[in-house]
Amino acid sequence: MSDELPTPTGVRPGGPDSGAEHELLDLVEENIEQATLWGEAWKTLRRNPMFLIGGVIAVLMTLIAVFPSLFAGGVDPRDCDLTDARQWPSAAHWFGTDLQGCDYYANVIHGARISLSIGLLSVVGTMVLAVILGTLAGYFGGLTDSLLSRFTDIFYGVPLLLGAMILLTVTEERSVFTVSLALSIFGWMTAMRLVRSSVITVKNADFVAAAQALAATTRQILTRHIMPNAISPVVSFMTIAMGGFIASEATLTFLGIGLQAPEISWGLQINVGQSRFSSAPYLVFFPALFLSLTVMAFMLMGDALRDALDPDRN
Amino acid sequence: MIRYIGRRLLMALPVLLGTSFLIFAMVYALPGDPIRALAGDQPLPPEVIAQLRAEHNLDDPLLLQYLKYLAQLFQGNLGTDFAGNPVSETIALRLPITARLAIVAIIFEIIFGITAGVLCALYKNSWFDNLVLVSTTMVVSVPVFVLAFLAQWLLGFQLGWFPVAGIANGWFSLILPGLVLAALSMAYVARLTRTSMAETLGADHVRTARSKGISELRVVTRHGLRNALIPVVTFIGADLGAMMGGAIVTESVFNIPGIGRAVFDAVRNQEGPVVVGIVTMMVFFFIFFNLVVDVLYGVLDPRIRYE
Repeated sequence: MSDELPTPTGVRPGGPDSGAEHELLDLVEENIEQATLWGEAWKTLRRNPMFLIGGVIAVLMTLIAVFPSLFAGGVDPRDCDLTDARQWPSAAHWFGTDLQGCDYYANVIHGARISLSIGLLSVVGTMVLAVILGTLAGYFGGLTDSLLSRFTDIFYGVPLLLGAMILLTVTEERSVFTVSLALSIFGWMTAMRLVRSSVITVKNADFVAAAQALAATTRQILTRHIMPNAISPVVSFMTIAMGGFIASEATLTFLGIGLQAPEISWGLQINVGQSRFSSAPYLVFFPALFLSLTVMAFMLMGDALRDALDPDRN
Repeated sequence: MIRYIGRRLLMALPVLLGTSFLIFAMVYALPGDPIRALAGDQPLPPEVIAQLRAEHNLDDPLLLQYLKYLAQLFQGNLGTDFAGNPVSETIALRLPITARLAIVAIIFEIIFGITAGVLCALYKNSWFDNLVLVSTTMVVSVPVFVLAFLAQWLLGFQLGWFPVAGIANGWFSLILPGLVLAALSMAYVARLTRTSMAETLGADHVRTARSKGISELRVVTRHGLRNALIPVVTFIGADLGAMMGGAIVTESVFNIPGIGRAVFDAVRNQEGPVVVGIVTMMVFFFIFFNLVVDVLYGVLDPRIRYE
């Protein structure tokens, strides 16, 4: 981005001292540029306790989601014994047992996968929509921009939960994929506006003019030069959005419109547990705790990322 | 100013039409069959199905269905639900309840949100400031339905201070759901007020006011707060427009027969006319309040000009 070359002394790994090929040099320079951009952010982040707390919880939840049986100690969440139904937490069952006598700890642990999958899929879906539409609107401007922006306004007026609710009710199919799709379709608008405005800022930069002068095609300019530089402001927003999507899935499922019974989901567990709250409050407490901690982890990380990547705001 | 409002209204019209068509298309074009949903487990005789389909124009192509709906809409007819009750009647019955709930929520946002934010800005990095930071982080992280459930259990059931659900006690029964509905925005208002107030208190005009020997209370309220509240008012106004959407969860958990509950029930029963009518109205309020806020912005802050 800057005109001056980064000073390679001390940074060059091993040092390609003689006859370094241009390609390699370019590669090294690119890495230095990247290292400084994210290096600065990382320096700020690792001193931020909020980010560290969020990061530790997020990593832990991700590990749980990837290797649930490891964390559940090999206990099968669907291996239930009705005679053990509704036992309070004990040494044998850390989180007690549910109405069917299943080990609740194993169930809550296995719930992480659904929440994180839906959060991640929704974030990916949102990013795809937001980056494509936002880049097109921001780069081409004029009529394209007006049309795409009005299109965004139309979706913006529909509340996320309501839109997802209608879509899931009429399609009558509730899987991890359809829930994520519904959340993406009604959750991309703010990200699109962020991408659009950052593309507008980036497209007048010198390196875009340079690429144009070198007769790069529009497609090259968009994918190689504009998109990579326009995405960083969206990263912190999407981290916060990940928490939001996880909460939305749980809410939809809790209301009976999201995932359904054979799936293991925190929203479902809270829904079932609420009717027995006075006699077995732990049935609500544990899934709600895991859910809230997961959402909080991403919110904390997103907040810290925003401060680190975008210092102008403070 | 008039020209600005006119242009904004003109821009809002296609958005409003677009949203209503989007909802309409989702409800009527996707595979779900509203008549079958209406019938439930008992199969209806084919003549009845045919009559119902004709009555609701379900056999026309989608765009024609929508135009017929629009034509009715402009005559003030929002259609009827499957039981034959006019949708406008449902709205007239349910909207005041949600409006009351929204008022309670806004009052919470103003009282607690702004007070906490101002105190945080005045006593930066004190124990109170840290307490607010931690508690707002927690409120933002706990999903609303869990929060609702907690409030119901602790304040309604255990302590018995407030009714657990329903609206039998008038305004009093709206306190708990109002608090839950406001919780998320209250956290944002507190943080926004803190940032904005801290910035204003460091401004030159506040220093000047202090140096003239004006009492601290007057400096904070007249010179600080008045300027600091501009972004907060904007947020609260926009939030009011979004409140009907938020009310869906709150009203469902607290069993309040407002507009959010109505649209939730209508979605579950796939009652197309009710869903489309209510959502269109929600979007209208959303756009309307945002416009009001933008106009108000200029009134509160004379530096802002509309070309």
